[in-house]
Amino acid sequence: MSVSDAALVRLAEAIDAPDLAGTKYELRGRLGRGGMGTVWRALDRDLGREVALKVMNAAEPGPGALARLRTEAQVLARLEHPGLVPVHDLGALPDGRLFYVMKLVRGRRLDEHVRGLAELGARLRVFERICEAVAFAHAEGVIHRDLKPQNVMVGPFGEVLVLDWGVAKVLGPEEAPSADVADLPPAVSAAVDPATATRTAAGTVLGTPGYMAPEQARGETGVGVTADVYALGAILEFLAGANPPRALAAVVARARAARPEDRYATVGELSAEVSRFLSALPVSAYREGPLEKGRRLATRYRTPIALVLAYLVMRVVLAAMVRI
Amino acid sequence: MSKPVFGLLLGGFLGIFDGLTALLSAPETAPQIVGIVIGSTIKGVITGLIIGLVARKTRSLALAVVVGGLVGVALAFPVALMNRYYWQIMLPGGVLGVIVGYATFRHGAAPSAAAAQ
Repeated sequence: MSVSDAALVRLAEAIDAPDLAGTKYELRGRLGRGGMGTVWRALDRDLGREVALKVMNAAEPGPGALARLRTEAQVLARLEHPGLVPVHDLGALPDGRLFYVMKLVRGRRLDEHVRGLAELGARLRVFERICEAVAFAHAEGVIHRDLKPQNVMVGPFGEVLVLDWGVAKVLGPEEAPSADVADLPPAVSAAVDPATATRTAAGTVLGTPGYMAPEQARGETGVGVTADVYALGAILEFLAGANPPRALAAVVARARAARPEDRYATVGELSAEVSRFLSALPVSAYREGPLEKGRRLATRYRTPIALVLAYLVMRVVLAAMVRI
Repeated sequence: MSKPVFGLLLGGFLGIFDGLTALLSAPETAPQIVGIVIGSTIKGVITGLIIGLVARKTRSLALAVVVGGLVGVALAFPVALMNRYYWQIMLPGGVLGVIVGYATFRHGAAPSAAAAQ
């Protein structure tokens, strides 16, 4: 019975609700639940603003989990970028569970957002913003490893936020094997998707099929930034639609190459390639023919070409009308 | 392509067509058409070069367009004075300047980008 189901859900929610007594937060409702944590909407009473509060699931903390979670929070909190969800606070509940406080992200997921976005250029500009955020994280030594449209939020004013860093990997010095953030309970995740929530230990598979790089799917431990390039290529393919222009399809193909060394080496390179496509400049992934080059140049210089043609028409008409 | 070079080429291109229209407005000038085309091309090149140099210095599209129009009119004025046809010559000259100003501002490479290339 659906009524009973709803009642059970409410009951489970009430049982699961964290006890925020002694904190400055007031629970407002549950936003989502994953395998490792639950995200709640809460009110920061001191600042009078709503926040997202992620609490480790009761059964989750294992030996050393609290210390690792704290380390993870410190790593992710340093990712201060307009395209990344900021971590505001880290605290502990009376029962010992840790919780994170993050910006409450309002908006729509990328896959929902693009349904109303017919123009390819607008979609690709969103993609550029995603790349900016991911490139920043890479510069800080953090690989996302689960990039997909469901983990990108587009706000009402066009702001683009990359979410769910719960399976991220922190690169050590010189990309030495380092602690997987995903070995820990997730810290930064404003949108929990139980269907794809993943956990990892060394060598286990994490990520989302279709967006996961082959080496990641094989459970290899030395996954690098090119795994995110692969996932971004999959997002680009999603944004490009069913019949993308050949040059853009070539960019997607290169980003999604099976071998990491055949992909763009960095997210910046991929983003620059998309920017060149948007500006009607040639892309390195595609060798165009003379006709395609002509069409591209006509697109790039369409305004001056139109103006020159208008000038010539005006000049001819004027010359024909006014005999000197 | 730098802004001065872009302006120079576009101005020269439009100057060629500008000269050729003499065949329509004054068919009797056909024997002198080569000289007319060369003259109007030089005028277009100078216009484009000046506008390109100005566009390189400014960040304002409006300023580039206005300067383009004024340079076009100014360079057309001596020709108009010689022929005693003012608006018929100065109007196209001004429009040419506006077009070159706009296109050069929008599409010519800024100094740093041009240097990088």
